[in-house]
Amino acid sequence: MSTIISIRDLKKQFGDKWVTQGVNLDIPEGMMTVIIGRSGEGKSVLLKQVIGLIHPTSGEVLFKGINISKLSDRELEEQFKHIGYVFQFAALLDSLNTFENVGITLLENGMKAQDVLPIVKEKLSLVNLSEETLYKYPSELSGGMRKRVGLARTLVTNPEIILYDEPTTGLDPITARVIHELMYDMQKKLKLTSVVISHDLEIFKYADKVALLNDGKIAYFGDAKTIWESDNPYIYQFIRGLPEGPIQTEVAHFKDKF
Amino acid sequence: MVIRFIDFLGRSFLNLSEMVGQFFMFLVRAGIILFTTKLKLHKLFVQANRIGVESLSIVILTGGFTGMVFALQSYIGFKRVGGEQFIGAVVALGMIRELGPVLTGLMVTGRAGSAIAAEIGTMRITEQIDALVTLRINIFQYLVIPRILAGVAILPCLALFSMIFGIVGGYVVCVHILGLSPEDYTTSIRNFVEVADIRSGLIKSAAFGLILSWVGTYKGFYTEGGARGVGIATTQSVVTSSIMILITNYFLTKFLESL
Repeated sequence: MSTIISIRDLKKQFGDKWVTQGVNLDIPEGMMTVIIGRSGEGKSVLLKQVIGLIHPTSGEVLFKGINISKLSDRELEEQFKHIGYVFQFAALLDSLNTFENVGITLLENGMKAQDVLPIVKEKLSLVNLSEETLYKYPSELSGGMRKRVGLARTLVTNPEIILYDEPTTGLDPITARVIHELMYDMQKKLKLTSVVISHDLEIFKYADKVALLNDGKIAYFGDAKTIWESDNPYIYQFIRGLPEGPIQTEVAHFKDKF
Repeated sequence: MVIRFIDFLGRSFLNLSEMVGQFFMFLVRAGIILFTTKLKLHKLFVQANRIGVESLSIVILTGGFTGMVFALQSYIGFKRVGGEQFIGAVVALGMIRELGPVLTGLMVTGRAGSAIAAEIGTMRITEQIDALVTLRINIFQYLVIPRILAGVAILPCLALFSMIFGIVGGYVVCVHILGLSPEDYTTSIRNFVEVADIRSGLIKSAAFGLILSWVGTYKGFYTEGGARGVGIATTQSVVTSSIMILITNYFLTKFLESL
């Protein structure tokens, strides 16, 4: 199992607040790694530092040995060929239809619409979307469809890694399961590495590794299949949703007061 | 107490310097990308349509009624000194050199400049701009340059409409309401209005087009927070552009006069 992304002592400060406070994590190649943690813990900030959208205050992110955090915009653009990012609410461009959204990278690089069309159709079929959605605008699509269009858009550049920022937030359990299975299928079919931020514990069925972010650091990293047997106090408390334990919660503070 | 006050002043000055620097570097970056990448013409036309064609009706309305009221007010003054025959020239010069460009700039700021800030700001807070970055799309080439170029190119055209309808409005009031002879009105325009006046008005409106699209894209681009952030960016865009237009108007007028 080789490492494709190494995160070394990554720290990020916004004003007076430290969000990530020395994250160390190795993402294994060809696997699905899930990062879990409480809301507001800085998981999205961590993922955005991994792709270079946010520059860390200190530390480094190494992608195949290249320090992402030190790259110029132009150099970073090269890396985006290899790394795709699926945004929490898909981040589809409102003014473009599905075809234009999925094919935007190719269209903007001068490819003709008739040449882009078969590629877009292929990517849409990979995410189980029919051709009927081609000319629909984001406002005409359901939440699950938007997420799938967002995934299809990421697949257009044939990335080696896909980073998912809470891909099932706001979806009903059935649609969430469809999305999980789709992510799993994509990973196996296209031999991708996936890094997923999620609050949805159902994803453990599909994941290989789980990392728990707590207090800006990785408090646990281990196999997803055996996570329910883990006696790590952090993961034990988190996955069972217990208010008492090493992870500080508002409920615990509230109880202490009275 | 004194040290705290000095500290506050120092911080405020640093923040202001950083903001001004970022504001000007935004335009410099847009300029560099404009000259080093291929211009997307169809995006320019889309923006020209949004900023220009869709603002045409309010510009015509504003220009027309300003010309009418200007003629009416001038008539009252000129009648007292017996100079009614100069009203045409005064209305035309006022509309061409000053009111056409400035009012067009302010009206388009309110209509299109705010829309630019709101649209780009919404794209920022909904991560659409981040998505463009990860998809290897040059966001300046895609979002900023078409809007700035469209602003610079389309404002002189709009100002021209404002000038024409202002002069026509003045004509209607002078000839059909106040009973002045059509010849007096048109002759004075021919005698006193020069090509340099029109050139000056058009240069000023191009500068105002640059200001409103630059400020709109900049404010939208650096929007923070949620819906409130978009609201703040939109308001700031209109206020900043309007003030900049009025200040620039004075210095540009002085500069163009000295040429």
